[in-house]
Amino acid sequence: MRIGIDVGGTNTDAVLMDGRMVVSSHKTPTTANISDGVITAISRILDRAAVSAEELDAVMIGTTQFTNAFVERRNLLPVGVIRLALPATAGLPPMIDWPADIAKVIGTHCYMVRGGYEFDGRVISPLDELAIKRAAVELRNLGVKAVAICGVFSPINPDMEERAAAIIQQEIPGVAVTLSSRIGRISLLERENAAIMNASLTDLSRKVVTSFRHALTQLNIKAPFHISQNDGTLMTADFVEKYPVLTFASGPTNSMRGAAYLSGVKDALVVDIGGTTTDIGMLIKGFPRESTMAVDIGGVRTNFRMPDVISLGLGGGSVVNPTDATNIGPLSVGFRLTEKALVFGGDTLTTTDIAVAAGYADVGDKQRVAHLSSDVINSAVQRIHALIADGVDRMKTSVEPVPLIMVGGGSILVNQDIPGTSDLIVPENASVANAIGASIAQVGGVVDKVYSYERMGRKQSIEDAKHQAIAVAVEAGAVKETVEVIELEEIPLSYMPGNAVRLRVKTAGELSLC
Amino acid sequence: MLDVPLEERLPSTQISVADVSDIAQGAAFLGTGGGGDPYIGRLMAEHAIRTYGMPKIIQVDDLHDDAVVFTVAMVGAPTVMLEKGISGDDIDLSINRLAQVIGKMPDAIAPIEIGGINSMLPIAAAARLGLPLVDCDGMGRAFPEIQMVTYNVHGVSCTPAVVVNEHLETVVVETSSAKRAEDIVRVVAIQMGLSVLFSAYPMSGKQIKDFSIRETLSVAAGIGSALRRGRQQGDPVNSLLNYLRSTKYFKHCKVLFDGKITDLERSASKGFSTGHCQVSSVEKPNEWVTIRFQNENLVVEKLGKIIAIVPDLISIVDSESAQPITVESLKFGQRVKVIGTSAAPIMRTPEALAVFGPAAFGFEEEFQKLEEIHQDTE
Repeated sequence: MRIGIDVGGTNTDAVLMDGRMVVSSHKTPTTANISDGVITAISRILDRAAVSAEELDAVMIGTTQFTNAFVERRNLLPVGVIRLALPATAGLPPMIDWPADIAKVIGTHCYMVRGGYEFDGRVISPLDELAIKRAAVELRNLGVKAVAICGVFSPINPDMEERAAAIIQQEIPGVAVTLSSRIGRISLLERENAAIMNASLTDLSRKVVTSFRHALTQLNIKAPFHISQNDGTLMTADFVEKYPVLTFASGPTNSMRGAAYLSGVKDALVVDIGGTTTDIGMLIKGFPRESTMAVDIGGVRTNFRMPDVISLGLGGGSVVNPTDATNIGPLSVGFRLTEKALVFGGDTLTTTDIAVAAGYADVGDKQRVAHLSSDVINSAVQRIHALIADGVDRMKTSVEPVPLIMVGGGSILVNQDIPGTSDLIVPENASVANAIGASIAQVGGVVDKVYSYERMGRKQSIEDAKHQAIAVAVEAGAVKETVEVIELEEIPLSYMPGNAVRLRVKTAGELSLC
Repeated sequence: MLDVPLEERLPSTQISVADVSDIAQGAAFLGTGGGGDPYIGRLMAEHAIRTYGMPKIIQVDDLHDDAVVFTVAMVGAPTVMLEKGISGDDIDLSINRLAQVIGKMPDAIAPIEIGGINSMLPIAAAARLGLPLVDCDGMGRAFPEIQMVTYNVHGVSCTPAVVVNEHLETVVVETSSAKRAEDIVRVVAIQMGLSVLFSAYPMSGKQIKDFSIRETLSVAAGIGSALRRGRQQGDPVNSLLNYLRSTKYFKHCKVLFDGKITDLERSASKGFSTGHCQVSSVEKPNEWVTIRFQNENLVVEKLGKIIAIVPDLISIVDSESAQPITVESLKFGQRVKVIGTSAAPIMRTPEALAVFGPAAFGFEEEFQKLEEIHQDTE
């Protein structure tokens, strides 16, 4: 038996799973201290199922607390930034493209020192240990407690970053250090930005993980707990405390994986209709298709792998213009649906009212929408379906019809076939798909390296990368026999010698529970 | 004054930080799938302007016939450039060292390649050195090799040329042909770290007047500005096409195809990202086009017939945002529009075609002007 929890900005959702079966679920508002909401949610699902804490094998948590904190500029620490690169990169200083408001919170304690590697592993300059020491002393005097270290080409050789970390830790007692090589990929600024963001979340990550631990202790749960990362795979609590930035996209990812799980379909479109927006993503082999664009989080450019999701301004609370019913959203009454919508005694015509008037949803008082003309109802219904059909079309990769899984409370809005789709699946328990996604998460491994096909050959290079990615998953706690390659990406690199190709292999396997 | 778009402020004016953003976006379109990601180039140019002040932009006709003009560009692997950028002192030294070899400092700097990141380097150089930047370039787009420029087509010597890296290691190159310079510089760049500065084609004002492709910096700014404004109004592709039709050389342009990427093959061959992609229509699945590329998009074929071919420009952009997509960023399933644009007349002469026409890329097909292929539909 396992528990999956999603701690969102508004709600904390929890599910109790017995194998494939959803035993019980509960949704409760997220509390400021986090642990209260978690305790409430877990207590309810255990009580309802009459299951005791001892029967649990594992607890998996997904959270957007860290993304939200960064985007909202709260609970962040000032960060010291040390780049190992000179004389390279001098024309491109750290934080050069950060919005002013977040730069103010993080501070501008940036140092560039000699160091870094070339593309082939040669050293750009020997590491300037004295300069790092001097920077550390300055940071210590300024009271800076979090440091991000980024070295040129550190993903191919982390040695200099590790040496720099040792020096910093010697000079600043209790400092939290983030090494860019542990969290980012090739492309200096994006990786450095990710490291800085991670360092700034140090305090918050300790608080959040502690509150999770506290909640589980209060409930007498001794089963191990894991936290979901960007791609839906799991990390240990200790790991998340050090790398909170790896949880950034876990919310939407878990929602989609939960949808795949509930429907039993691995390749499908997922349409998540909420109160204000509809998010549409594409599942391939049970995982969301990832976006290729540079990802902007709170105005800061990163290269995190995020699910490729488009967001439409259409939800259950979207406002419909009574004089032109094809004019729907993006304005929404949001969480105030139950006071503002016509069916609930309010004064605003919403999509939920349309669904009730059209006869395919039964909420509130349908007498309150009996006055709506069939013209208004039909126009709005057509428009709702057209918006979704267009979104679906944008996400499809071929003309073949694809199953469509609908999740989210707003799924009452859809009652007709959407063109281009083969089946419409509305799974039970869809409203807690995110918690379910967390509960079924696997343990993964990613290897992202540059190979020379001239030196190693294509076949051998791919085998080597796969082998390493499987080893990473096993080391992270996966059962070896269950580990599979779920993604393989090959990108030839132009103008580099030796037929250079960047190979990215992603593996995932079941969490070993013994 | 500076909130009036650059292309309306000509002929003599300054390049502001806001202009850099527009030029970088236009340069991405003109990159035709290659040229490197202008993002870090843009940041470096902006940083140089903030530190050293706005460079002056001048027109080709503002130069004296015997003025001395140097070109400057970055050479290397885009992947490496994303990690190392430039140091700044390397730019200065590339110009200063070439000046030492020639015997005098240049009166102005000119771009070699307007497509991609090399639209940005000359801006940074001009700001740092306090030299005016000439509104022109030698490609009108991006090309993979140093000899593929109009300057070379008309006999301007590529060398003496200077290669400099962040350690300020310098190599002075003197060869009898631009192709030999290209071959030697590529090898040297590897040892020097694959993210180097290159100053070459030292020219007279007369040579720039006769052999450059004029006003391409302004066109890049205009494209960027048209895309920016078009996005605000919800129709960036039409905004782009309307702008191109108002220019002297790029006025024959059209959306060649609209659809999704349904096939993609890329491999590293001789250091270039080579392959093809297929774009299929969403409404009519039996209609598609194939685009062949070698770093840059080179040929578009439909039902066995060529509908656009190098040196005419072929750009693949995101269907909705019209964001140009590099060959390295193409992905299965992307929704795109394929846009064909005419190249400047100076790029379509027999001499030019010998250097960067279809044959130079190993294609047997002959060049045909975009507007002639599509004359019934424009």
